[in-house]
Amino acid sequence: MTGNATETPRPKGTILETRDLSRFFGQMAALSAISLSIREKEITSLIGPNGAGKTTFYNVITGRFPPSSGKIFFKGRDITGLAPHQIVKRGVGRSFQITSIFSGLTVLENVRAAVIARSAARMNLFTPVESSRSLYEQSMRYIELIGLADKKDDLCSILSHGDMRVVEIGITLATEPDLILLDEPTQGMTPEETKRMVNLIRDLSNRTETTFFIIEHDMNVVFSISDRIVVLYYGSILADGAPDEIRSNRKVKEAYLGGLTDADG
Amino acid sequence: MKRIGSYWLWILAVCFLVLFPLCFHSLFYINNMIDILIGALFGVSLNLLIGYTGLLSLGQNAFFGLGSYTMGVLLRQTSLGIPLTLLSLMFLGAVYAVFMGYFCTRLTRFYFAFLTLAFSQIVYIIIIKWTSLTGGQQGLIGGIPVPLIHLLPGLSVDIGPRLHFYYFTVVLVVGSFILCKAVVNSPFGWVLRSIRENATRAQFVGINIRRYQIGIFVISGIFTAVAGGLTALNISGAYPDHAEWIKGADPIFMILIGGMKNFFGPVVGAAVMVFLNTFLTSHTRYASFFLGAVMIFIVSSARMGLLDYLFYQKGVFKGASAKIRAMMRGREKKALEVGE
Repeated sequence: MTGNATETPRPKGTILETRDLSRFFGQMAALSAISLSIREKEITSLIGPNGAGKTTFYNVITGRFPPSSGKIFFKGRDITGLAPHQIVKRGVGRSFQITSIFSGLTVLENVRAAVIARSAARMNLFTPVESSRSLYEQSMRYIELIGLADKKDDLCSILSHGDMRVVEIGITLATEPDLILLDEPTQGMTPEETKRMVNLIRDLSNRTETTFFIIEHDMNVVFSISDRIVVLYYGSILADGAPDEIRSNRKVKEAYLGGLTDADG
Repeated sequence: MKRIGSYWLWILAVCFLVLFPLCFHSLFYINNMIDILIGALFGVSLNLLIGYTGLLSLGQNAFFGLGSYTMGVLLRQTSLGIPLTLLSLMFLGAVYAVFMGYFCTRLTRFYFAFLTLAFSQIVYIIIIKWTSLTGGQQGLIGGIPVPLIHLLPGLSVDIGPRLHFYYFTVVLVVGSFILCKAVVNSPFGWVLRSIRENATRAQFVGINIRRYQIGIFVISGIFTAVAGGLTALNISGAYPDHAEWIKGADPIFMILIGGMKNFFGPVVGAAVMVFLNTFLTSHTRYASFFLGAVMIFIVSSARMGLLDYLFYQKGVFKGASAKIRAMMRGREKKALEVGE
């Protein structure tokens, strides 16, 4: 699967590339021939009306289900058809639209689960986890990064919605991804929680080498954090460019933004 | 601090088990204690699947029957001795667990449960049909010879007498518990918990979940086989009901009664079941009826096993972990929010 044939030259700075990626559900094309390159260290946002295929695009990239046709390259290597856990190991982390964490465990245990998953110790049957300083310290590093150190021993099921979303970011970070896909990180959040999330993403993007690829519905968030915006419309890319270009793009206005801006105005 | 506390609990439990026959030397108590210990091992080994990994296996009787018949057949027909027979039945349990786990973990939830049931029937049918080896419907009647166990040159132990067999059981069961507890506390054990909590999320932190599910199937199968083997020695026979599907319900009842969140939940469940069984059968012909009633009462009033109820609902024990305190704090917090 990873022979020489799959090594392809890539434009410098591209971390993820899809080529003619399509996905059908029966007769319906959820994604039709999407070719897109995500550049390293940028924050790229993926927007589009409901049902545009954004989450499907994520699911295909992360191996939740295979594409009907087309190829996916991550850091120049073909990852098409790999299982989710293999893609995570290559360095693609993701969060989910509906919060997906280990809710019966504490914040520390949640993040530690991800730390264990990528450590060599995961097959260790006999050393107690509680006695491992390194697992603890690594986990705490991420917990401090997401600002939940004071709640590390709280069960996740009793956290506020905003904190749960943040825990999911912590879990995703702890897999040490080079590329993070966030599926509507501010979904269902209060304005204050949203502000916190935006600051967190910006902060992480500045302080680490991580590349972000974000699905988001909140246009204020999208235009304030993105280096680049991709607009998906009925399974195809409608527009792709810097925030200013997208804002002034007529097609986008007609299809999507116009209505929103009017409503907001 | 917490670690020292838990060590003390183990030491106390072992002291209790060692001293028990000195305080209650009637065979009646010793026999009941043996039943509790073997049942507890059966329950704890299944709880590795149910409580820690979230896999509701209805087919644990496969391993119990496999263990009991391997013990019986090998002791009757070979001169392997007890230690090697034990190793053989653990090995067979592991092999069958790989086979069963490989297919069952392809499915989830109900389909998983039903498939485990089907795979346990395979063992049952083999036992029923392979009459020349297993005695068919009648089972291995006529007793199982119990050879001496040679510990060191010149030092042999005869586990024939009940008291000796009691200590033999204590050693095996406590030893198994120590190993199971180590597994549960290890990184591997925490991977299992993450699979239980959210299998999709576990996949997306990079875990090949089926590998771990099959892994714990094997560990669970090995220890259930040991419980089966001990049963064959205990009653000096192996019978088809050891592999029958109803047998697979025994440990599930123990887990229901005792609780699945605490490692020792099934132990409490086994003690309650053995006690009720003994107590009820000596007083009434309708023992199962009352056992059922007790179970319904526990499950519907506490909505969880006894030990879980004490730990999580009441927080009775001192030194309750930070987790429980956090949960209590959370409850208060939620209550306050609602109050506002």
